[in-house]
Amino acid sequence: MQILLNFIQSNLELFYIVILSVFLGIEVISRVPSVLHTPLMSGANAIHGVIIIGSIIVMGEASPDNYLILTLGFVAVIVGTLNVVGGFVVTDRMLEMFKTGKEAAAKRIKEN
Amino acid sequence: MQTNILSICYLIGSVSFIVGLKMLSNPATARKGNLVSAAGMAIAIFGTLFLYQPANSSFHNLGWIAGAMVIGTVVGAVSARKVKMTAMPEMVSIFNGMGGLCAALISIVEFGHIAQDNAPMHVLSILAGMIIGSVSFSGSMIAYGKLSGKIKDHSFSGQHIFNLVVLFVILLLSAYIIFGDSTSPLIIFGFVLALSLVYGILFVLPIGGADMPVVISLLNSFTGIATACAGFLYNNQVMLTGGILVGSAGAILTILMCKAMNRSLKNVLIGSFGGNTAAAGGPAGGQDAAFKEISLSDAAMVMKYAHKVIIVPGYGLAVAQAQHVCHELEKSLTKDGVVVKYAIHPVAGRMPGHMNVLLAEADVSYDDLLELEPANEEFASADVVLILGANDVVNPAAENDPSSPIYGMPILEVGKAKMVIINKRSMRPGYAGIENQLFFQPNSSMLFGDAKDVLQQLIGQIKEL
Repeated sequence: MQILLNFIQSNLELFYIVILSVFLGIEVISRVPSVLHTPLMSGANAIHGVIIIGSIIVMGEASPDNYLILTLGFVAVIVGTLNVVGGFVVTDRMLEMFKTGKEAAAKRIKEN
Repeated sequence: MQTNILSICYLIGSVSFIVGLKMLSNPATARKGNLVSAAGMAIAIFGTLFLYQPANSSFHNLGWIAGAMVIGTVVGAVSARKVKMTAMPEMVSIFNGMGGLCAALISIVEFGHIAQDNAPMHVLSILAGMIIGSVSFSGSMIAYGKLSGKIKDHSFSGQHIFNLVVLFVILLLSAYIIFGDSTSPLIIFGFVLALSLVYGILFVLPIGGADMPVVISLLNSFTGIATACAGFLYNNQVMLTGGILVGSAGAILTILMCKAMNRSLKNVLIGSFGGNTAAAGGPAGGQDAAFKEISLSDAAMVMKYAHKVIIVPGYGLAVAQAQHVCHELEKSLTKDGVVVKYAIHPVAGRMPGHMNVLLAEADVSYDDLLELEPANEEFASADVVLILGANDVVNPAAENDPSSPIYGMPILEVGKAKMVIINKRSMRPGYAGIENQLFFQPNSSMLFGDAKDVLQQLIGQIKEL
């Protein structure tokens, strides 16, 4: 119990961030037309790709001769980048479809 | 100095995630919102690359990091560009799994760094990140397999109990790592890792394919929480806000999706619709074989001479990639003076909004898409309703059969139209595994075949008439 209290006390601002972010997430999503559920899920999916920063830190702190950590970190950076880049690109492609008819048609003609 | 600038980068990143997510929830600003989040992400990532200073050493391995990022960028961008619109849900599932794997790997490395005197909360966030990340990874891979048809539903009796036992063992061992004084925590850690991966598989395996979007959304939320755990670990605000934001938004989105299908999350997870009801639906199908078939030329005839045709697209259309042909049919009917509209059920196409995206891809005008309620008002004035591979969303059992697993789900009341033409590949029941009484109603006719082939032939027939 004491441990927990100390932890909360020493990380108070983190707890504020967590609680406010929870409400923010709920607030932002609650009034969304169902048309946008899929792109929104995909966009949120890209945002949690911010985990890549953790993998960059792991790699940055690893000593260059610790091959086990380097390998794990290397894979972590690759999959993290996949999550970020793939996530944003897929979302963009979905949303591209929502463009007004004329724009999309003009683009398609150009591509063909 | 460097660290201060980095903090500002993280602040910009966090704000851009919030603004981006907010803009994503409005059709007019959605695309920009995605770019805003992406820009914030880029600032946060490059800030870390160039400004991050480890506590007691210098920043190493920049070359390796850059190499990994290039690989990830190329593979991610190319696969996301190349994937077909219909396979989007699978792709999202894979990317989500990658995020989970990343979180798990970070935790594995950090666990190796733990010293004896580490605070229990520090160990807790490492363990939580590893467990949630692994579950999200293996679960997403199974969800991907199911959506792409590579993995079938599997369940064995007592699976729910077994899953609970696995979960309990995971929690017990984690508590032991944190509070016990084990001499070999690494071995136990490895065991927890393996169990978490197994749990993710067992968690998703029995859930029916129709419920995969809900599961992906839930796993998406899990990965967000795993990200937040890592944010706690590194005391990194951008990871924390991003992770929690996705965690809570994902949870709400999951509930919204469940609501659109009028089912509780518990019901989806325990999976009362998969196996059991499918077996129950089987014999009933044997008794009622009294459905009518309509020929292609008759179908073309009634549609050409109708005043109003409403098309109800479903999963079958998505699978057959028939959205472009469908738009062709619409154009040729419109040329003959027929009013053509589309009725879109909120969960048509296995993913809320999936059908709108597919039709938008085929240049169908946004104004011709009717949502559930306006569509139900218009059916009575329609001469023909053409159902393309939709099943559960038009099943009257949802309205009049309290014993049906989909009872209470709002449906498209297509039966009000003068004539209903149902295109399906066979009489097999839909994803929910239940018989559809609509097919046996007097004003219904079946038109069997692959949606794309059937539509192409219909267009040909209409032109000849």
